[in-house]
Amino acid sequence: MKQIQSIISLFLTFMKIGLFTFGGGYAMIPLIQRETVDNKKWISDKDILEIVAIAESTPGPIAINAATFIGFRVGGFLGAMAATVGVVLPSFTIIAAISYILAAYQSVVWIQYAFNGIRAGVLALIVRALWSMYKQSPKGFFSYLIMFGAFAVTAFLPVNVVFVILFCAAAGILKTLIVGRRDKR
Amino acid sequence: MICFELFLTFLKIGLFTFGGGYAMLPMIQEEVAAHGWLNQSELIDFIAVSESTPGPFAVNIATFVGTRTGGIFGGLCATLGVILPSFVIILIVARCYQKFKSNKIVNGAMNGLKPAVVGLIAAALLSLAQTVFFPAGLNTAVFGTAQFYVSLGIFVVAVVLAFKKLHPIFIILLSAAIGVIAGVIETC
Repeated sequence: MKQIQSIISLFLTFMKIGLFTFGGGYAMIPLIQRETVDNKKWISDKDILEIVAIAESTPGPIAINAATFIGFRVGGFLGAMAATVGVVLPSFTIIAAISYILAAYQSVVWIQYAFNGIRAGVLALIVRALWSMYKQSPKGFFSYLIMFGAFAVTAFLPVNVVFVILFCAAAGILKTLIVGRRDKR
Repeated sequence: MICFELFLTFLKIGLFTFGGGYAMLPMIQEEVAAHGWLNQSELIDFIAVSESTPGPFAVNIATFVGTRTGGIFGGLCATLGVILPSFVIILIVARCYQKFKSNKIVNGAMNGLKPAVVGLIAAALLSLAQTVFFPAGLNTAVFGTAQFYVSLGIFVVAVVLAFKKLHPIFIILLSAAIGVIAGVIETC
């Protein structure tokens, strides 16, 4: 009975998190912290930092990573399912509805004007995101080489993004292993 | 069949994007263009929709592309695909996360992935900027159009506001308002 309660609680809490965080990504961390640390006391502040670190080094959206991780810690596999479905459900419902509405209104001239403006604004949001990713990235010759190489190859050559990602991960591993060995000596 | 294709494509996107948020943009851009699901302008429009609605970008775009190409069931397949890799990997990592955290291979891979993501987003930005500022391809005729200067003005103002940490929704609303005003003036 207690297990069922905690699973329902996980589902509802993460549904709330999914419903009230706009923009996704790191924007979700403060709300996740308030709900799961301060209100529910499922995990500690230190755990939040761990979760951010893990979310960064595993693929996929941060919100999904955090929901699965916290859900698993609190309620095992079923808990992980409940939290993950909960965090996705609001987006899914809203966007599915919007995709029908958007198609119906796309030919309205006012909407077209609005989107003409919005497109330029969105570029600015991506510039901002690019800057914050740059700040989080390690610096130094190797990092700049990877940064510029990934940019040039993707922008100017018909290369698959997956290959770029795999190649850069391999380069990072190789570099860390070589530097580690040199440090040991 | 379309559902299976949506599922596999978004599974790949979910599996190969690290860092969340806009880190996913380069791959999403490549995949939706390759399948002909969205063109560049539609992708940018949807980024605005995603910023103004709750939830992570990856889930939003998976639901949107899926629903548009295959109805509700298509949306379900794409969304399931994009979250499945995270879900499975986190379930594995959650059992042994102390070991995972201090693993040399993981840390090494991140040393390569973090700067790579910066380069990849920059490449995505460049190609989206081309669509916004040079919709008819790179030519000088565009410098005679009002649309170019309106877009440029909005972009500059929005960059300043974005770095002042104004919420994205306000930036989108403001850009929309300027877009409407410019459109009305032009047709007068």
